Amino acid sequence: MLREIYQALLEFVRTFGALQLFFLRLLRHSPFVFVKRFRLVVFQVYNTGVLSIVLIVVCGGFIGAVLGLQVYSNLKRFNAEDTVGLFTAFALAKEIGPVLTALLFAGRAGTALASEIGLMKATDQLSAMEMMAVNPIPRVVVPRFLGGIIAVPILTAIFTTMGILGAHLVAVELLGVDVGAFWQQMQQTLEPSDIYEGIFKSVVFGIVASLLAVWEGYNALPTAAGVSRATTRTVVVTAISVLILDFMITASLL
Amino acid sequence: MQQTRTVELGTGLFVLLGIGALFFLTTQTTGFGNYAGSDTYEVQARFENIGSLKPRSPVSMAGVTIGRVIKVEFDSDSLEAVVTFILESQYDRIPDDSDATILTAGLMGSQYMALQAGGSETYLEDGSEVLFTQSAVVLENLIGKYLFSSDSGDKK
Repeated sequence: MLREIYQALLEFVRTFGALQLFFLRLLRHSPFVFVKRFRLVVFQVYNTGVLSIVLIVVCGGFIGAVLGLQVYSNLKRFNAEDTVGLFTAFALAKEIGPVLTALLFAGRAGTALASEIGLMKATDQLSAMEMMAVNPIPRVVVPRFLGGIIAVPILTAIFTTMGILGAHLVAVELLGVDVGAFWQQMQQTLEPSDIYEGIFKSVVFGIVASLLAVWEGYNALPTAAGVSRATTRTVVVTAISVLILDFMITASLL
Repeated sequence: MQQTRTVELGTGLFVLLGIGALFFLTTQTTGFGNYAGSDTYEVQARFENIGSLKPRSPVSMAGVTIGRVIKVEFDSDSLEAVVTFILESQYDRIPDDSDATILTAGLMGSQYMALQAGGSETYLEDGSEVLFTQSAVVLENLIGKYLFSSDSGDKK
């Protein structure tokens, strides 16, 4: 029993270390890929970012709307419904925007990356590349990694903006909060540093979500079950890491 | 070829959209742009107690916001708080004997500085100081005073 726990712990530490080494390997190839194979990166930004826009816009709008509704109905009791704009913008810019975008990204794009790379491995395409003396890391993995890193902060900015507009729609247009109070309260209290905190988080989450997606895909067992397991693990591991990191970043920045 | 074009066009639009969203967030949701473009002049005031006045708190006169606090410092010689605030240049006829009060918006709201017009013929200008000031009303002190006075009332 104790021995099994010990083994599992050792295996966890080993995987964690291997992930770091994999990350360093990706970073080593990143400048080269970014400069010389920019076209591949652009294609991956399209794949992971542009194709996620509809999801991000719709989810952002509705998250903002429901947040506005909830905050309004609670603040109404204290006659403080003027601060709806402040509360929703604060929550969206600092927490909900970066975190939910990372989770949605993991579900929409991370799974696609993992299963694509996993299937390439299962169908021996990666081995075929190696046979042709093409290193699959800079050709296949790094462009996807970089594409994700570029896409997530942009998606987060779009998500947060849509959320605030959604809250505006519900609070101002439907519930009758004064439009001046809504924006003025927000502008008076929110600092540029609050926005920067959200951007910083989104960059970190972008790196983590992309790294875990390509890592799971690259290390998938080359079978149908292995690929499906890698896809599932991508979402689970990204969700856990993002939420833990979110707490750590918030705690260190406060 | 057509496919590459679509991808590049889509990505370009995507990045532009992102920059637009970022621009919206930094300029529209924060007070970043306020007073950045318009001409302002700096005035100082000294207070015994500023309560929770902070940089970026509004400065208002007759209820209209005409400026903003930009700096709050502590002067260790006179043991007073020195508040530096900017006023918009278009409001250049504010008497220099006006007095500054720190008030609270609503019962639990944030604090702001209010100027009350004096009668002087000379006006505030860049670098001048508001001489008459009233400290912030600290709610805890008020409550303490009230409790204390009702307490001593019972004893009599």
